[in-house]
Amino acid sequence: MAKITLERLAHSYQKNPQRDADYALRPLNHVWEDGAAYALLGPSGCGKTTLLNIISGLLQPSEGRVLFDDVDVTTTDTAKRNIAQVFQFPVIYNTMTVKENLAFPLKNRKLDSAYIEKRVAEIAELIDITDELNKKASDLGAAEKQKISLGRGLVREDVNAILFDEPLTVIDPHLKWQLRTQLKALHQKVGHTMIYVTHDQTEALTFADKVVVMSEGQVLQIGTPTELFDRPEHTFVGFFIGSPGMNVLPGKVSGSTAKVAEHEISLPQNYQEHQGTIEIGIRPEFIRISDDTSGLLVDVLRVEDVGHYQIVRTQLITEGNTFAINVIVKEGVEITDGMRYLHFEPEKINVYVDSWLVSGGRDEEDC
Amino acid sequence: MKKTVNHKAWFMVLPVLLLVAFSAVIPLMTVVNYSVQDTFGNNEFFWVGLEWFEEVLHSQRLHEALGRQALFTAIILLIGIPLGIFIALNMPKHKGLWSSVCLVLVALPLLIPWNVVGTIWQVFGRIDIGLLGYTLASLGIDYNYTQNSLDAWITIIVMDVWHWTSLVVLLCYAGLQSIPDAYYQAAKIDQASRWSVFRYIELPKMKGVLIIAILLRFMDSFMIYTEPFVVTGGGPGNATTFLSIDLVKMAIGQFDLGPAAAFSLIYFLCILLVSWAFYTIMIHSDKEAN
Repeated sequence: MAKITLERLAHSYQKNPQRDADYALRPLNHVWEDGAAYALLGPSGCGKTTLLNIISGLLQPSEGRVLFDDVDVTTTDTAKRNIAQVFQFPVIYNTMTVKENLAFPLKNRKLDSAYIEKRVAEIAELIDITDELNKKASDLGAAEKQKISLGRGLVREDVNAILFDEPLTVIDPHLKWQLRTQLKALHQKVGHTMIYVTHDQTEALTFADKVVVMSEGQVLQIGTPTELFDRPEHTFVGFFIGSPGMNVLPGKVSGSTAKVAEHEISLPQNYQEHQGTIEIGIRPEFIRISDDTSGLLVDVLRVEDVGHYQIVRTQLITEGNTFAINVIVKEGVEITDGMRYLHFEPEKINVYVDSWLVSGGRDEEDC
Repeated sequence: MKKTVNHKAWFMVLPVLLLVAFSAVIPLMTVVNYSVQDTFGNNEFFWVGLEWFEEVLHSQRLHEALGRQALFTAIILLIGIPLGIFIALNMPKHKGLWSSVCLVLVALPLLIPWNVVGTIWQVFGRIDIGLLGYTLASLGIDYNYTQNSLDAWITIIVMDVWHWTSLVVLLCYAGLQSIPDAYYQAAKIDQASRWSVFRYIELPKMKGVLIIAILLRFMDSFMIYTEPFVVTGGGPGNATTFLSIDLVKMAIGQFDLGPAAAFSLIYFLCILLVSWAFYTIMIHSDKEAN
């Protein structure tokens, strides 16, 4: 086990990257604490897998260093890094039995056969596959195969980290849920550092202590699920996390007043004057819709009933542009024709300048 | 449910029947026809039953040709298949200019007609003007495929390997292309040796195409005619007279239609039998594996 440090790490598939867009992974510094569970969350093609492959050594970064504890492993071969990786679809050795699959990494390391036997039995117990040990690996279902892939990582006692690259993509929904819970439990039991790549926010938020949100090769925010929900540092994080995501509206902010389409909202904090595009973000959970005319007037498009709550889809037309605003309303509340006014919870409003969060202060000086 | 009887439906199968008749049954039946009759000319034939089959089956000549044929095919398979796999493993894995160049280079021999291949090697191996023969001779190596049986065999085997290993390479390469990168990456993480990667990842994935490659190479080499005919004409003596060369000698050279027809049928059955046995064993082992 080890602490993994990324130092000014960046990667480009081009020879001479000039612009930000030339980077598959833009420069970043980060320390993965030993024994923690991380999720790398972002849409397809955002550089998650690139980052993961750099950590596992399948890819050499074009800039920066990777350190395991205090040892520079940037140019160290994958095999010598002692990490385990579980891929998007199960990678198993088809001609071997489950047992032989699990023993394979140990056999390659020329370990004592009595030890291998014992260790394989332990791991089989841990991933709950003892009954299948003597079956051909190719006979099993996708979920079981994925467990074997994971088991092959776990058998080595000295793994520095276990990396998951969207491991539940090919698993049936009901088993997905089950495996996710098992993974979480496993993390608590074995205590390895785990890094889990996914584009599914539910997976990320349930699995990880800390979530790293990426987009277009850039790390936008690293935080706990609560932080990501309450204080998204970038409008993209706001959009991406939550269902539906955060509403982002153009506005003007001066002092402790925000103005959206001539409608004034008083904020709990003071904000400095900022250059650039000012937007305010508020989650659908923190908007109330009513017939109280002191709110922001919008057009209600439709109401979707999604079980234990309803999503009210509305739109705001201002300065010739249309903006969608989603509102979450508890189940059982009837949305009448007159309910066209939105009220924002001031404490939950975030202010963004050029898509990045700015913090306000109680006093002008604090900013 | 009451079924209606309508014999017009038989016309529906007529096209298939005609197709099969023209492609297989009629040509084959003419051979079967000759194999059970004898003639003294004047287009008069009389029935001899299975006499020709008995004669052919007991003929020393056929046994010897069959022995040579089996040896030739065995050598070709033993060299061609491993060599094909080896070359395929060393081709560039990822698409690019270099892999295209390799593919074209490898595929080239396959595009040359059989008799041209024969002619190329016939000239290539000549000690008076051929590059190979002349070079060997000037190096002091006693090489002459027209007089020495071993030299004739080596020439024909090298020629066949050169001509057809490409097929094995292409098939294996296609099989290797279907292996996702993740398998190699997982093997790296597991610290698998190069041999283990081959044994547990590449070979199982190539199995399907390898079966086809072996079957095709078996059939082609077992039926080989044109190239050795052009290069050695079956000689020196009978040293490279394989089954089909012998068959043509018998049918057209000596005009022994009856024995030649019986010979053809036995030859055909041999190939059918081995291919079928091979196929069944492979399918069976595949089922066992699953």
